[in-house]
Amino acid sequence: MLNWISAHEQYIYIVILMVFLGIEVIGRVPSVLHTPLMSGANAIHGVVIIGAIIVMGKAESDNYVALILGFLAVILGTLNVVGGFVVTDRMLGMFKKKKDK
Amino acid sequence: MQLLSIIYIISSVTFILGLKMLSNPATARKGNLIAAGGMSIAIIGTIFLYKDDTGNNLHNYGWIFGGIVIGGIAGTLAAKKVKMTAMPEMVSLFNGTGGACAALISIVEFDHIYKANTPSESTWFSDVVPLGHFLPIAAGAIIGSISFAGSIIAWGKLSGNVKDHSFKGQHIFNIILLLLAITSVAYAYDANMNFANIPFYITVLLALVYGVLFVLPIGGADMPVVISLLNSFTGVAAACGGFLYDNKVMLTGGILVGAAGTLLTILMCKAMNRSLLNVLVGSFGGSVKGEQQKTTGNYKEISINDAAITMSYSHKVIIVPGYGLAVAQAQHACHELEKILEDKGVEVKYAIHPVAGRMPGHMNVLLAEADVSYDKLLEMEQANEEFKSTDVVLILGANDVVNPAAKNDPASPIYGMPILEVEEAKLVIVNKRSMKPGYAGIENQLFFQPKTSMLFGDAKGVLQQLIAEVKTL
Repeated sequence: MLNWISAHEQYIYIVILMVFLGIEVIGRVPSVLHTPLMSGANAIHGVVIIGAIIVMGKAESDNYVALILGFLAVILGTLNVVGGFVVTDRMLGMFKKKKDK
Repeated sequence: MQLLSIIYIISSVTFILGLKMLSNPATARKGNLIAAGGMSIAIIGTIFLYKDDTGNNLHNYGWIFGGIVIGGIAGTLAAKKVKMTAMPEMVSLFNGTGGACAALISIVEFDHIYKANTPSESTWFSDVVPLGHFLPIAAGAIIGSISFAGSIIAWGKLSGNVKDHSFKGQHIFNIILLLLAITSVAYAYDANMNFANIPFYITVLLALVYGVLFVLPIGGADMPVVISLLNSFTGVAAACGGFLYDNKVMLTGGILVGAAGTLLTILMCKAMNRSLLNVLVGSFGGSVKGEQQKTTGNYKEISINDAAITMSYSHKVIIVPGYGLAVAQAQHACHELEKILEDKGVEVKYAIHPVAGRMPGHMNVLLAEADVSYDKLLEMEQANEEFKSTDVVLILGANDVVNPAAKNDPASPIYGMPILEVEEAKLVIVNKRSMKPGYAGIENQLFFQPKTSMLFGDAKGVLQQLIAEVKTL
């Protein structure tokens, strides 16, 4: 375990800093924007799609379990990313329209 | 590889910047687009530039692009077609797909290790795979599965397809289930390679069941908290992938959302006076019923005509919107009533409870769609000050957020939740479809108070009648 920690030292620093950053960034959000923000954050964790692409791209062409599950993972991950950003944009579009007036 | 590193750094910055800009109304939309742009370059960069440990490029491009095209089209269509009222369900559903994606990655990675090392006579799983590699696989599988199953149940509940269920001792059962899942995955790590797959798949199954049972007993009013929590779960599951592939952009994105989502969850819990532990064990909602004060008595109704006259001749009207407004799609009618009342010199404002509707900010989004201006929206504290000087409070399909039981009935399941103190106003008009209790299933004493008048009917229909009536005055 200690070896693992020293091998992943950088990653652990990233985790710690990101935890504080995530809290700082969201701490000042007015309640008006809670729903779009939750939706936007939802789209950002769609970054898991990158893992799905790697899994898919590494799968041997005779390993059907990996191919099928990886394919499903890519579809689901894309749904999360694309759906998430489009929904957020739609919600925020309503705010924007009003500002132009 | 160097170029990909630069792309990942840029993407990470756009995620942070995007979240930051999303927290300000003026920059929110741009922030969302910036984060989306960062995500796009990260995806494209990964497809074309990623090299595995031995320096090979990815292959199976047909499958990858096929998946992206299918997911992209389905996601865009779903997001464009969904009604504003069904937005919370949609977010929950997208969250579930992210969780499922994380779980599938773990399953494929596990399957890969398993296939590469079996059949073998004497290998132990722990001899082949270092713990640091196995942990993110296990955590991704468990957290992703919980998030997926939970989000699907939350989606079903919000769209009315799944009803509340709970049984005695469910808290303890849930804890045992979670412990069993962890034990089972630990056993998989310590097992003979040939049999390691069985406990691993049992773990996934247990995590799925836990996700279902975790969300099932939770009442509708608490669903925002659950969605926000599951959102942060998926973030953590995505971060597990970052450890698994030494991929820093997955790590930044995932942890950022995990932390931000957890904070949002805690803030919401505070607004509803519940502890996070209580949420995690899946105990609130439904189960506390029985001992509450019985609310009996008579309620009085008010006619459209009377309501219109009273509002037209008052100085200040505060509208309290709730889920009923969203269901009836009455936000435009509501804005119209606001305008014609203002033309008559009445001051009109909106009081927004932090958890009104099915998600925090749900009402703000709806009213924004109808062009209601920002400065008319009062947050809870402001509104509670202003109710004292208000002539008429018009409640449109809100219930639990104005229930005085939260203040004075310790047996009530919502006891302790801050509410909009509408009874401070001179007159309260409540628009509801019927006398049935709200989504959380709790009786509301407010409706029986002498100050309160009921105006039954669908929010949109009632508002249109009110508008017509006010115009004739």
